[in-house]
Amino acid sequence: MTFNRRRFIQATGAGAAALVMPTIAQSQTGPIRVGLMTVKTGPLASGGIDMERALVQYLKERNTTLAGRKVDLFVGDSGGVPAQARTKIQELVERDKIQVMIGPLATAEALAADDYIRQAQLLTLSVAAAEDMTQRKPNPWFTRGTSTSSQCSMPLADYSHKTLKMRRMAVIADDIAYGHEMCAGFMRVFEENGGKVVQRMFPPLTVPDYGTYLAQLKTDIDGIFLGFAGSNGFRYLRQFNEYGLRGKVTPIGGMTALDEAVLRNMGDEALGIVTSCWYSAEIENAINKKFAANFRVDWSYDPGFYAAATYVEAAVLEATLNALKGNIEDKPSFMKTVRNIKVDTARGPVSFDRYGNVVGNIYIRKVERKDGRLVNRVIHTYPDVSQFWTYKPEEFLKNPVYSRDWPPAKNLES
Amino acid sequence: MQYWIIQTLNSLALGGLLFLLAAGFSLIFGLMRIANLTHGSLYMLGAYVGISVLKYVPNLWLAAIIGGVIMAVFGGLVERLILRALAGNALGQVLVTLGISFIIADLCLMVWGGDPIPVPTPPALQQPILVGGVTFPTYRLVVLAIAVVTALALYLLMDRTRIGAMIRAGVDDMQMARAVGIPVSRLFTAVFCLGAALAGAGGIIGGPIMSAYPGLDADMLPLALIVVMLGGVGSLLGAFVGSFLIGAIYTFGTALLPDLAYVILFLPMIVVIAFRPTGLFGRQSV
Repeated sequence: MTFNRRRFIQATGAGAAALVMPTIAQSQTGPIRVGLMTVKTGPLASGGIDMERALVQYLKERNTTLAGRKVDLFVGDSGGVPAQARTKIQELVERDKIQVMIGPLATAEALAADDYIRQAQLLTLSVAAAEDMTQRKPNPWFTRGTSTSSQCSMPLADYSHKTLKMRRMAVIADDIAYGHEMCAGFMRVFEENGGKVVQRMFPPLTVPDYGTYLAQLKTDIDGIFLGFAGSNGFRYLRQFNEYGLRGKVTPIGGMTALDEAVLRNMGDEALGIVTSCWYSAEIENAINKKFAANFRVDWSYDPGFYAAATYVEAAVLEATLNALKGNIEDKPSFMKTVRNIKVDTARGPVSFDRYGNVVGNIYIRKVERKDGRLVNRVIHTYPDVSQFWTYKPEEFLKNPVYSRDWPPAKNLES
Repeated sequence: MQYWIIQTLNSLALGGLLFLLAAGFSLIFGLMRIANLTHGSLYMLGAYVGISVLKYVPNLWLAAIIGGVIMAVFGGLVERLILRALAGNALGQVLVTLGISFIIADLCLMVWGGDPIPVPTPPALQQPILVGGVTFPTYRLVVLAIAVVTALALYLLMDRTRIGAMIRAGVDDMQMARAVGIPVSRLFTAVFCLGAALAGAGGIIGGPIMSAYPGLDADMLPLALIVVMLGGVGSLLGAFVGSFLIGAIYTFGTALLPDLAYVILFLPMIVVIAFRPTGLFGRQSV
């Protein structure tokens, strides 16, 4: 067969049409390709595996169908390494052709993938807490249904001053952006209420031993805020008791300090500790009761932060798809819809601000023993908290992002 | 004053823990001339194995011994079956140990899950005690005592026994040791078993302080490296002094200059290596 110019054009034209056709045909009918960017190996794997379990449960409860379309789930594992996360996301987009991503897990991973998410215009429902991705450098394709780092610590500061009557406090957190942001939010609100943060410590994330930090801890204070993630809060608290500090200083914790995932391996040392989070397995609403019960049946432990995160994001996704009658192919209208949606989820009612961050309840919880296991019982609810707490968004955004240096710590005593 | 007493005790306790970790690493490094990058994983695996053993034998010390034996067998198998095949190829061996450490990390994740698991402190040692007017965790002092006893036992083994003499000969001059008929090959296996056993038992004994969690291996390996580089490769005394030196530098460094935690840990090592490449007590191998 000779291959002249006309035939060539016909052939490539047909090829191009073939490339275009399936997407047209696919819209409204083909399966929706959902990517889960999680962590299944390395130090963060515990939370990452819970993310997958909860998402699979959500889809199973709906017969893997959202808004009338089947769902194909693709799971990526970054090992918690930011550069790896970016590569895996690219793989999910370019090889698996995902249309929407749930994840990633960690703040540093989200920051590493920021550029790519913009470039690929990837619809992202994030679990990671990186503040500025919904604040001073909002990513138009990025929506977060969990919370920013400080969104839970600011209400806790309010609660510890007003209800727990704390006045002099210490703060301690992992020496990473997440820890800095949490502590900064806590300190700002606590000091504006009239309290004083008199001591601040940022141990390295992989500190072998908290002994030196415990020896430094002031004992003429009312309490200490723990801004730890992963297993660090758990280790700190055990050593805290070892050093005989229990009863002298009252610890309170951020959203990941005493997560359900950690509680199930803890003992009486955790009892009575107050923490704040946008979730607790003990929240009394119909959706959560069903979610937590089913999760317990499958895995025989309570869902925590990470499990709830994907379960909530999946609910946001479903509500958005329902509003769009399943048309996920129109990306701009997806983003517009998701940011105007109101949906009841396992964490309670959820809506979004115009920067793409969630507005929802923040729960003050207290560790108690129930049916032989430790649970985070909800003792107070701050309804509809935004990432700006009670500040006006415009004024909030004029300040630098929360960090080690801002707001300045004025009351530290040496 | 109290503050300094606590910090001194802290530095000693941390030094003791580091010695349990680093002694085996130093022995293996000294004799086989390879940085055994599975050492942190052996420590972590030891902690996890100890947790499983504790379910059947509710005694931490017994669990440490059983765990140590299990890790010795494991270490022997790794040496015989894998490292032996790469004999003479130091770079290959180091890379293989790195690979094995990844495999161990994932196996632990599969078997024991991703959540941190505590190792209970023996009930008799749970209450803090008063030392010189300060409260200090009893268990940490016990760890210090165990480290000192272990150091003494290793010293006697290395200095007073025939096998110790053979190991020292191997560290100093491998070819000559072979030439005079020392079974260097069997010695390699024995030392690897001993190193693995020390790391594993250390993981269990350190358990009540550190717990077992994914990433424990990566947290511990650099510490072993620092201690051994500082103290001198293959030197027991070096590992001992290095451990307590790092314990003290780390404790007082983070207390006085909290923002420079990592600098404080690595700077002394860099300085020592710059001026004394063999470390404080290491000898130039021939």
